Order: sequence, then C-alpha cells, then structure tokens
Amino acid sequence: MTIEQIANKHGFATVTKCADTSRGIKSAYCCDLLSWVMSHGTADMALITIHTHMNVIAIAALLEMSCIIIPENIEIEESVINKADEEGICILKSQKSAYEISGLLFADGILPAVK
Amino acid sequence: MEELRVNEYNLKDIYTIEAGNFVTAGEASSNIKTLLKRLGVNSSKLRNIAIASYEAEINLVIHSKGGQMELLVSPNEVIIKIDDIGPGIENIELAMKEGYSTAPDSIRVMGFGAGMGLSNMRNNADDFKIESKLGEGTHICMKFNI
Repeated sequence: MTIEQIANKHGFATVTKCADTSRGIKSAYCCDLLSWVMSHGTADMALITIHTHMNVIAIAALLEMSCIIIPENIEIEESVINKADEEGICILKSQKSAYEISGLLFADGILPAVK
Repeated sequence: MEELRVNEYNLKDIYTIEAGNFVTAGEASSNIKTLLKRLGVNSSKLRNIAIASYEAEINLVIHSKGGQMELLVSPNEVIIKIDDIGPGIENIELAMKEGYSTAPDSIRVMGFGAGMGLSNMRNNADDFKIESKLGEGTHICMKFNI
C-alpha cells in the first residue's frame, strides 16, 4: 500500500507538504528507542513513534524509510516538518495511539520487515 | 592507534561535530552516505556504514566535548575515524556492554542513551577499534570492506 492509501483509509493527516505520498510502505515498526530503531529499521518502512524531534527525521532518512506516523496528534514543530520535506520523508499524524495504528497497519497486510 | 597510510586513499573528507547540537546531528552521516552512494557502494553495506556513522556522530553530540569524523575511501574499503577532545571513557569494557549508558535523563527522553551506540558500531563495522583515556579523549576507527 502507498502512504496516500493508508492516510486516506484511516484518516491520517499528511503533515509534510511536498514529500512523495505515492511511495509504497513495505513494512512497519513501532518503537521509541531510537538506537533500537537504528539497528532494526529498514528501507521503505513506516515508523510509528512519539518522538517529533529532528533526529527522528535523520534516522528515517538514513535508513531510507517510507514515512513516519505520529500518534495521538502530538504536536510537531514547523522546523521538523520542513526538514522532513527537505529529506523527502513523509510525516503522517493520527489521533489514534501507537498501538491502534500498529493494529490498523497490520490488518492492512503491512507486516514486520523480514530480517 | 596505528596510523593509516592516508595517501593510499582516493577520497578523504573531514566533518566537525559540535557537542550538544541535536539540530545538526546526523548531517555528517547523511553526507557520508550520499557520497558513498554516488560512488556505487551497495545498499546493504551502505546501511551498515550509515548506522555505524550515525551512532558515532550522535555519541559525539551526546557525550563528547566535540570532535571530528574523518572519512577515507579506497577501492576496497571505507574507513571512518572518530576523534574527540574529551572527556574520555573511564571503562571501555563496560561502555561496550549493550544496555550500559552514562547518558543523562534529558538524553533518554529523546530516545537515546539506551547503551546501544558502541555495540551498534561494532556490529556494523567489519573492523572496530576504540581507544580512550579519561581526561583526554576517545578515538575510534571503523573499517568497512566494500
């Protein structure tokens, strides 16, 4: 599924302005320990995390992730959104919890990355 | 630490890393990755290098008083040397242990300080060497076969 399809289906807001939403999501991961994400994240992955600081964007870009999904409508600073646009990483936002978002994506057939 | 014969490397780049600057943290690793991608390094090796260099960079931001990362590229290998100006690591064996961290709570709330950094570097590099002296500084050399 693409970022756009996921966003439309579940009512997630697209926070970034120009990052490509037609990009596919091949797997998903839910974790807030960023060193852990760094060693377990893969390309084309959707990362569900409560962190909204600049370093999340750096990690997603380095690992060539597909998008970041922020739960519970946590506020994201404009500078972080701009950085994500610059790096081509799409940020989605939902009022649902990380647990609920994970469940929805899993039910959509987006499974954990194959190691 | 054994000095590298620098003139054997066709490409050399140095990045200065500022202590405590979380806004620019990751830029050096991003530049290194872009450069190596352009040189045709395969994506799986690129991933190893990106993880190891990012961990080194974020460690400099979190723990050091500042330092630099040096990139050396030859046709067969990529070397990343990290040198900081202190404060040095008291017990390297302990610091290398997964889960051990001296990071303060302010760092932990950002999702760092899990004690994974040095082991992530060692696990992703083909060769990893670390030397440190308390009160002086830490020197790391990571080698990746390409």
